[in-house]
Amino acid sequence: MAPQQRKPHVCRNPDLIRGVGKYSRSKMYHKRGLWAIKAKNGGAFPKHEKKAAAAAPAEKPPKFYPADDVKKPLVNKRKARPTKLRASITPGTVLIILAGRFKGKRVVFLKQLTSGLLLVTGPFKINGVPLRRVNQSYVIATSTKVDISGVNVEKFDDKYFGKKVEKKKKKGEGEFFEAEKEEKNVLPQDKKDDQKSVDAALIKSIEAVPDLKSYLGARFSLKAGMKPHELVF
Amino acid sequence: MPFKRYVEIGRIALVNYGKDYGKLVVIVDVIDQNRALVDAPDMVRGQINFKRLTLTDIKIDIKRVPNKKTLIAALEAADVKNKWESSSWGRKLIVQKKRASLNDFDRFKIMLAKIKKAGVVRQELAKLKKETTA
Repeated sequence: MAPQQRKPHVCRNPDLIRGVGKYSRSKMYHKRGLWAIKAKNGGAFPKHEKKAAAAAPAEKPPKFYPADDVKKPLVNKRKARPTKLRASITPGTVLIILAGRFKGKRVVFLKQLTSGLLLVTGPFKINGVPLRRVNQSYVIATSTKVDISGVNVEKFDDKYFGKKVEKKKKKGEGEFFEAEKEEKNVLPQDKKDDQKSVDAALIKSIEAVPDLKSYLGARFSLKAGMKPHELVF
Repeated sequence: MPFKRYVEIGRIALVNYGKDYGKLVVIVDVIDQNRALVDAPDMVRGQINFKRLTLTDIKIDIKRVPNKKTLIAALEAADVKNKWESSSWGRKLIVQKKRASLNDFDRFKIMLAKIKKAGVVRQELAKLKKETTA
């Protein structure tokens, strides 16, 4: 049978005040039905047999006892999670990048990666911003949204954007200099194809909205009289 | 030089400071030299200092401290809302509010529209200039 859905149980012993329950110990015993369990089991509460403790391998006495007590590090139960995403940033939001070589560019948000960085694309044909990671702190979220339903971003993760690890080559003296020259950063063809496939569906939904294409192609800048704390984005 | 807008019962005023900033209220009673009792359809009747009010040209016909129902009826009868929104002061406030609520995309679209309009105007001007010199 599939695991039964249990309804979360309401408290059997509601508080009168904090620390004082409504029912006494004897009433609670009756409510919990311990008498019925005991009766079913012939007068005593059913017990499990203790599992025989697995014999621990005989430990050798340590070779070295430190002179002073060694401190144990404090227990840390924190889990790493991706940065909390601002409520204004949802898939399809137009973001304004504030720093880096694409500062001022208006760009479409695709998804948040497990590292917490935001996956973003220009689209490349419109404003030259490729599939790229961007930190949430360096971004203004506008209230303009683009329809992103036709885009599949499942395959992109942080490893896709990591630096490629090269195998170490044996250094011969003459070969060394030539090898240095040839190491140009050519973008592999499959990355270009990924960009094209992501942008194809996006550009269609962008062209459906009038002026949105030229909006994404233009850079944002503060002009005279614009007060950022008063602007609605 | 003489005053045109007086503090009187039924005078519509604009609140220019405080929690009710930007609201249109009716003066329903004068408390003392500095304070008035004001009321509006969407607020609880209360006192406010004259310094927080700016008087408008609109006045309605009410008795001292009417109840809410009578007040609303009097406002409807005098058609205050439309008079305010068609006055140049009221229109300016509406435009200010609209500008403040513009999206980044809206601002972009407005920029395009301004450029287009300027282009059309310049073309017409060029045509007229040609006619006068010809």
